[in-house]
Amino acid sequence: MKPFEYARPTSTAAALDEAAHRPNSKFLGGGTNLVDLMRENIEQPDALIDITRLPFSEIREREDGGLSLGAGARNTAVASHPLVRARYPLLSEAILCGASGQIRNMATVGGNMMQRTRCFYFYDETASCNKRQPGAGCDAIGGVNRIHAILGASDACIATHPSDMCVALAALDATVHVCGPQGERTMPFVEFHRLPGDTPHIETDLKSGELITSVELAPPDAASGSHYRKVRDRSSYAFALVSVAAAVSIRDGNVADVRLALGGVAHKPWRAFEAERLLRHAPATLERVRFAVDAELAAARSFAHNHFKIELARRTIVSVLGGLMALERAR
Amino acid sequence: MNPTVPDAAEPDGTATAQSKAHESLALPLSFRVNGTPMELWLDPRTSLLDALRDHLQLSGTKKGCDQGACGACTVLVNGERVLSCLSLALQHEGHEITTIEGLVNDEAGHMLQAAFIEADGFQCGYCTPGQICSAVGMLHEFRQGVPSAVTPLASMSVTNLNDEELKERMSGNLCRCGAYVGICEAIRTALERLERQER
Repeated sequence: MKPFEYARPTSTAAALDEAAHRPNSKFLGGGTNLVDLMRENIEQPDALIDITRLPFSEIREREDGGLSLGAGARNTAVASHPLVRARYPLLSEAILCGASGQIRNMATVGGNMMQRTRCFYFYDETASCNKRQPGAGCDAIGGVNRIHAILGASDACIATHPSDMCVALAALDATVHVCGPQGERTMPFVEFHRLPGDTPHIETDLKSGELITSVELAPPDAASGSHYRKVRDRSSYAFALVSVAAAVSIRDGNVADVRLALGGVAHKPWRAFEAERLLRHAPATLERVRFAVDAELAAARSFAHNHFKIELARRTIVSVLGGLMALERAR
Repeated sequence: MNPTVPDAAEPDGTATAQSKAHESLALPLSFRVNGTPMELWLDPRTSLLDALRDHLQLSGTKKGCDQGACGACTVLVNGERVLSCLSLALQHEGHEITTIEGLVNDEAGHMLQAAFIEADGFQCGYCTPGQICSAVGMLHEFRQGVPSAVTPLASMSVTNLNDEELKERMSGNLCRCGAYVGICEAIRTALERLERQER
């Protein structure tokens, strides 16, 4: 591991000041991804700014009935919180599907959002990777790409985003709050992560020196049922091949509202806007779900080893949405 | 054990010219380990795992994969189980660390150790300190009502640590000898004894 300086500020202003004066620095939360990447020499910051002492770990109800998740709140705290469990069960389910008990006790909301891909070639210093070295090429495209993207990939990068939590947050229409040298700003969660395009090394909309402070959830839709399903190579403690976060409400046999997001298939949590558009106000039937899913996946493109993911995504979405519709009709 | 003075050991156990040149980056750390206050001067690269093993000579905590995949390095920080390999030691200023050595005086730890021996919850034993620390933290989580991926959403509290719950909650600890049947039996036995004792 390359030597680095370490700072432990106790105020937001001090943390931003540290970042402004140390150009090649990184904020450190739980460390579960960053420490590992530094040990592999993939990340080589000159300084780490430990932000675990900042007052950002609170989970509190908003005046509008929504919920504010502090960026420093640990995954276990979010998944176990009574208000998350009762009003945003999708988020609790998704977080609990990720990593292990030990890692969820360490990992934070902000760190989960900033975690980097688990692409083998990104982790392998001897391989070509446009993320690590822009312009170097992508060894995953012609390599072993079973875990790679089927949606939104580019000729420069076919990596996937590994998070479960972020898939639920994409489906829940969350808002990201950040602060930085230019002050505070917000952005929709679905715009926080980027598709690779020609610049796969730029993974989020976060600017240099900016810090995530919280993720805000709008008041829940009490009429909707939701579910997170993760398909993986073993039943626990593995990254998703495909995951589905879905919420549906039904009125008079038609879809009143639907949210659908996919994990393990793209460079970012993939909000299935096209499928949602085709389902909203349409009959809540399996036939309609299949039609909408086929439209969403029409743009899917596979590589030598991940063709199975397209059919796996199709079947998992149909199963989850079909199951939710059956439950909602019975309510 | 005495509080330790500035320490020249390298973070990864190997002395290199590069790390010698950066000794000036060393920073002080003050924390409690198994109830004893400790003071160290550490290169910021030092993981909590290496601080425990190489600087405090607490070799009960094991280094398996050193990348967060196996759980052998599990310790308790302020009573919560974490992976000491993915944690930088300097992050633990002011924290209370409990390792397998410190569980000698812990009720759950003691019962788990006895139950692991009775149920043959190991073969080579390398994963065992991590398994036991993880089980202590897991039982605490379970009794605090922390849900798992297999806990039904409708039930706001978990009351039954059935096989499915136990396996899911312990999935972060691998045993390459495959002693899982004994490990599960040991944890169930220890929990039963703890609950019986409290009645």
